[in-house]
Amino acid sequence: MIGPIGLTGRIGLIRTTNIVGHSTLPVDHLEPLKGWGGAVASAAYVFRPSTVEQLREAFQVARETGRTITLRGAGRSYGDAALGRENVAIDFTRMNRILEWDPTNGIITCEPGVTIAQLWRYVIEDGYWPPVVPGTMFVTLGGALGMNLHGKNNFKAGPIGDHVLSFDFLSAAGDEHHINRETEADLFYSIIGSFGMFGCFTRITLKMKRVYSGDLDVKVFECANLSELFKLYDKQLPESDYLVGWIDAFASGAGFGRSIVHQANYLAAGVDPTPTQSLRAEHQDLPDTILGLMPKSIMWIFLRPFTNALGMKFVNWAKFVSSRISPKKQLRQAHAAFAFLLDYVPNWKKSYGHGGLIQFQSFVPKESAEQVFHKQIERCQAEKLVPYLAVFKRHRLDGFLMTHAVDGYSLALDFKVTRKNREKLWKLTEKLNAIVLAAGGRFYMAKDATLTPEAFRQYLGDETLARFRELKKRFDPEGILESELSRRLLPARD
Amino acid sequence: MKQFKRTIVIGASSGIGRALAEQLLAGGASVALVGRNREAMDQVRAKASLGAAHVYQHDVMHYSEVPALFQQIAHDLGGLDLIIYNSGVMPTVDEHEYSFEKDREMIEINVLGAIAWLDEAAKRFEQTKSGTIVGISSIAGDRGRRGNPAYGTSKAALTTFLEAFRNRLSQFGVKVVTIKPGFIDTEMVRGKPGLFWLISPERAASIILQAAHRGKSTVYVPGRWRFVSLILRCIPSFIFRHLPV
Ligand SMILES: Cc1cc2nc3c(=O)[nH]c(=O)nc-3n(C[C@H](O)[C@H](O)[C@H](O)COP(=O)(O)OP(=O)(O)OC[C@H]3O[C@@H](n4cnc5c(N)ncnc54)[C@H](O)[C@@H]3O)c2cc1C
Ligand SMILES: NC(=O)c1ccc[n+]([C@@H]2O[C@H](COP(=O)([O-])OP(=O)(O)OC[C@H]3O[C@@H](n4cnc5c(N)ncnc54)[C@H](OP(=O)(O)O)[C@@H]3O)[C@@H](O)[C@H]2O)c1
Repeated sequence: MIGPIGLTGRIGLIRTTNIVGHSTLPVDHLEPLKGWGGAVASAAYVFRPSTVEQLREAFQVARETGRTITLRGAGRSYGDAALGRENVAIDFTRMNRILEWDPTNGIITCEPGVTIAQLWRYVIEDGYWPPVVPGTMFVTLGGALGMNLHGKNNFKAGPIGDHVLSFDFLSAAGDEHHINRETEADLFYSIIGSFGMFGCFTRITLKMKRVYSGDLDVKVFECANLSELFKLYDKQLPESDYLVGWIDAFASGAGFGRSIVHQANYLAAGVDPTPTQSLRAEHQDLPDTILGLMPKSIMWIFLRPFTNALGMKFVNWAKFVSSRISPKKQLRQAHAAFAFLLDYVPNWKKSYGHGGLIQFQSFVPKESAEQVFHKQIERCQAEKLVPYLAVFKRHRLDGFLMTHAVDGYSLALDFKVTRKNREKLWKLTEKLNAIVLAAGGRFYMAKDATLTPEAFRQYLGDETLARFRELKKRFDPEGILESELSRRLLPARD
Repeated sequence: MKQFKRTIVIGASSGIGRALAEQLLAGGASVALVGRNREAMDQVRAKASLGAAHVYQHDVMHYSEVPALFQQIAHDLGGLDLIIYNSGVMPTVDEHEYSFEKDREMIEINVLGAIAWLDEAAKRFEQTKSGTIVGISSIAGDRGRRGNPAYGTSKAALTTFLEAFRNRLSQFGVKVVTIKPGFIDTEMVRGKPGLFWLISPERAASIILQAAHRGKSTVYVPGRWRFVSLILRCIPSFIFRHLPV
């Protein structure tokens, strides 16, 4: 039986034969869902299996009711990757058990609904940390592999898929596979990153990173403009474990592209005098209050008056200036505090209002990245649609079929969406796409809400798409797995 | 103001329902047209230059079809923002006629059909915490008039049903709008005696959609019927029974 409610029989399917020829879906499973950014939304019939058996049943429900299926982790993708309008959504958050853990070698086996938060909490006291984490700890491992996410250490550690040893996979057609990186390399590198289009990860084995302290050595740098930022990256990259830049996209003139960069490095064995203490989960916990006073849960309300062009111009300026005048350029910071900065203010996205936000992230080869990002920010300023947040990272190539990575840089731009600016914003992203594509750049489905099928085809290339379609046919011959993103980017062909 | 992108009009083949469907389409919405007369609905679809019209042939007395058809429509539209239950019949009933056949038909179409469809809508909207339900009732339900007892009863029942839904669903952010038209120039009343203040179905549809956009509770169409109703409701029963209304 699936779901917390007391449904009888298999999954509570109501069987009525009718003119449409299918049974009906239980309406109490209908849930309004949103992309994490809140700019795209739709309702779906959500099932939360807790075993592979129930997962199979959910597939059966979809088949019997003539619906397609969207796979969903924690729904932290910004756009429509985990949305399935009026269809069945399989949510993996109840398949969240850690199955095996060996602290002698750092190898852990989990169900797909285990979150990054669960993972680090579980392993840290044994001196381990997940090798790759995104900017939020609330993603699931299934979702992480679905998108093959990267961290602020992508240039050094590659995407999360590079740390997976093997996984169990239930294809949409219903057959189970055990895929090992060494022995089934081709499938391994094709299934990871296939955004839930081939089947489900049901069990994931990956290797954790050994750490000798719960803290990182963090250094802060300011760059007066965009070209300084690129120079600093060139210089710091070889001696960084993590490197992330924040750009004030409002700044113009001589300060165009002014930025703050945070570098973080692991502590070598023996450097931390009290590793047992810093490796406790509670040492990592983000504080509940700001300045010991204001509960963080209500912080977003105070941000709200600032989430407009004028307010954000001020916030970006203040952030840069306060960093510049701060004497504190070096600090020790807990892993979680450094990695999950965005979790610091719960619900911060609510401050963007009802229209939500979209993130436009593009990945550009190193040769042309500076020029491309210059043009992008310039275009945004010219159209008076300036991103409120702009985050800069370094990447490296990897071997995954649907990869978003390049040997170069990425820039992630957060835009507020309103009823008034929506159309203009979508048009702007098309212009930004063109700049990226001309430079041989790529995009990332975890963030996307606006890409067109043509841009999608251009960045992936016909050969990759043909291989993708071939595997889709093999693992999902009925085409039962789809999402709003896949319908948008891969329209049915004749 | 609520925006309606995905809509259902039940009883969309003629009169007020057809005008509602046409106006929703002209506003760019996707509209599911439901009714028995496929040809008439196909005409609306063919004429629509904006919006997307989907036609579903269905007799509202076939209650068991409703749950699956409703789900299918929501799937085809990609969601649902607004449902309008407009289907209704008012056969001519003579002064001394007591026809169970006719009366049952009115109750089945005007009331049970509405309940079958709106129950589905309510279940859905309670889950999605959004949506607007519009029921086309009538001023005829405000008092038990001698002319057509079952028709008045059917509209009184629908009005009460809609009010109860409003009270149930407002906590979920769902709007329930009761529409009480006076005389509208459609097949239903054409040629009947005693008509006055007649307005076109197009004019009625535009008032109804405005009320829906604003999420009003009860709206008379046109507004002046509110005063007529007020007066009618104030007349004591022992006087009302002697009046020729
Ligand atoms: C604040 C914030 C910061 C972020 N920072 C980063 C970052 O630094 N780097 C980065 O790479 N990403 C980042 N992301 C994006 C995020 O990491 C990805 O979108 C991730 O995929 C979300 O995981 P999820 O569990 O929420 O999956 P969902 O968003 O629910 O799903 C993601 C994809 O995985 C598929 N999927 C889910 N479960 C399974 C399964 N069991 N089997 C097969 N397919 C499945 C889905 O169909 C979908 O295509 C960030 C997101 C947020 C909200
Ligand atoms: N006209 C008025 O003066 C007036 C006044 C007050 C209230 N109303 C109400 O307004 C509503 C619309 O009436 P109207 O004046 O526009 O009349 P109409 O032109 O006769 O339209 C009635 C509609 O109801 C549909 N309908 C009837 N029986 C049905 C069934 N068994 N299954 C599905 N649909 C059915 C018809 O479609 P099909 O025939 O294609 O099935 C048609 O689309 C009715 O509820 C009526 O009671 C009208």
